[in-house]
Amino acid sequence: MFRITAGRRHPLARYAVLLFALVLAGSVYTLTALGDQSADAAIATGKVDDVAEGEKLFEAHCMSCHGTDAVGTAAGPTLVGVGAAAVDFQMSSGRMPAATYSGAQALRKPLPEWVTPEKIRQIGAYVQSLGGGPTVPTKADVSTEGADMAKGGELFRANCISCHNWVGAGGALTEGKFAPPLNEATPEQIYEAMITGPQAMPVFNDSVISPQEKRDMIAYIVGVRNQTDPGGFGLGRIGPVTEGLVAWIAGISALALAAIWITAKKRQTND
Amino acid sequence: MTDHTPGTELPEDRAPKRVIGTPSPASGTSLLGREEQAGEAAVPGVHPPDEKKARRAERIAALCFFITFLSGIGFIASYVAFQVNTVDNTAVSNLALGGTLTLALLGLAVGIVVWVRGVMPKYNLVQERHPMRSDAETRSYVGETFLQGAQESGITKRPLLRRTLLAAAAPLGLAPLVLLKDLGPLPETKLRHTVWSPEHNGGKELRLVVEGSGQPIRAADFNSPGGLLSVVPEGYEHDLTALAKATLILINLRPEEIKSGTNKNWMHNGIVAYSKICTHVGCPAALYEQTTHHILCPCHQSTFDATDGAKVIFGPAARPLPQLPIGVDSEGYLVAKGDFAVPVGPSFWERGDAEAEVRNQGRTS
Repeated sequence: MFRITAGRRHPLARYAVLLFALVLAGSVYTLTALGDQSADAAIATGKVDDVAEGEKLFEAHCMSCHGTDAVGTAAGPTLVGVGAAAVDFQMSSGRMPAATYSGAQALRKPLPEWVTPEKIRQIGAYVQSLGGGPTVPTKADVSTEGADMAKGGELFRANCISCHNWVGAGGALTEGKFAPPLNEATPEQIYEAMITGPQAMPVFNDSVISPQEKRDMIAYIVGVRNQTDPGGFGLGRIGPVTEGLVAWIAGISALALAAIWITAKKRQTND
Repeated sequence: MTDHTPGTELPEDRAPKRVIGTPSPASGTSLLGREEQAGEAAVPGVHPPDEKKARRAERIAALCFFITFLSGIGFIASYVAFQVNTVDNTAVSNLALGGTLTLALLGLAVGIVVWVRGVMPKYNLVQERHPMRSDAETRSYVGETFLQGAQESGITKRPLLRRTLLAAAAPLGLAPLVLLKDLGPLPETKLRHTVWSPEHNGGKELRLVVEGSGQPIRAADFNSPGGLLSVVPEGYEHDLTALAKATLILINLRPEEIKSGTNKNWMHNGIVAYSKICTHVGCPAALYEQTTHHILCPCHQSTFDATDGAKVIFGPAARPLPQLPIGVDSEGYLVAKGDFAVPVGPSFWERGDAEAEVRNQGRTS
């Protein structure tokens, strides 16, 4: 700090500042202009060959685990037949690419910089071309307009809450795996999870749980997020576990301390 | 609330000599304090607290009582102010009423404890225990009175009264014993059968329907490997007594994954149905991992292998989840071909080794 203040009056200081500003401006321009150019190019040509683009992206980012032509390796399962919906779910939630994960399951995380909706769509198109599978739901497929939240809740309670909890707070599975909370999932991701069965989750295909019923369930899942917690704090809304923990640790220790204080003998002054 | 006027004789008690909230003259307080201390010191072993500390405790206790006063008013005000016409308003009302009442009672409790600990003197008090037995005079007096009363009531002289009184008491005494009958009747064979049994429905094979929507399931529709459904019997969707035993999980397995523990004759195209009721203590075991084929019970982490006849691979459950024989009807819907071979759910006294009985039957026939 002292040295910088001292160097402020150096004859070369003004040139240094100027140079720094120029480099900064130049690099910012280069970066933004580059981004614009590639996006512009894609828009200008109008019809990018998604499958070919997706294949290139796949080879660059996915092939090391999922293998040539996505047939799978020891490190990653085959993607033949999983469909674009699975790609969209895994990539838009940040679970894939999972180059460095070492836990029991891939976690939701912020997207890497290169992962854009456009790139996800291209890789999805490539994977779709390999062996079909569920496609990405449209906006209309996941619209909760006119959906029956009560009916969705009934289906949710019958089929989902054993893992995901009755308000979608998530829960533990075996060997370190867990069912994630649903609070951050978009309606598209909820729909895709049901039709593709990501990671340990079972599949709920459209022929047994109809698209309309899925929209009802999405309405319920999204709806319970807005519920108020009567009586104060939600405590994660996972029921007796946290409530019991708080009651035991905070409540009973407070009571014990209070009892000790009340009955403690005060030191007598010897006079 | 004693009113002290200078010149009159000081009372001997140790109560504060001024009305709460009215400051007494400084000279009076100091004179009073000195005199009180002098008076108390006469009792051996009783040490009044230091006056400075006592005054501090007094102020804290008074503050607590004032908080209680305000919270009490707040409670009444919240009752009036917050109406309970909607769920959200009820929550607000509960919070306000509970909060103010908690604060009020807490203030009272803390105030009194501070009062006792900070203001009142501390000393040890030994109270001698007296004998429980009454003295001879009292005892003989009670005995005489009792006999005299019995004599006067005529209970020995008038047998009709005595006998009818005993007769009146007898049924009342028996009544609680009769109520024990409600513990029964014995379940007999009810725990061994579920409504899936075709005999229970006059030979009709019940369809499997989706829990929650009541839709029957076409085997061809439940075709995604890794699929899972909670399933109930058609016609019993809301019969909780029936569902307590009959609820199923339906799982779609890849043919190459199925192991020898699973009865393939009871499956249909890779679809297998297991009881959803955990064999440990009866929780709904419906956490299914399609990658490992583990069925997990959330209560005590019993884990079953869906590909191997729901064999127990971890946890306190002692037996596999019973498998239900399923097939399809003429329209292609999944139906139950029979009842479970063994009782579902947790153990019960008369259950015996139902699995061994089934194995022996298979060997003899």
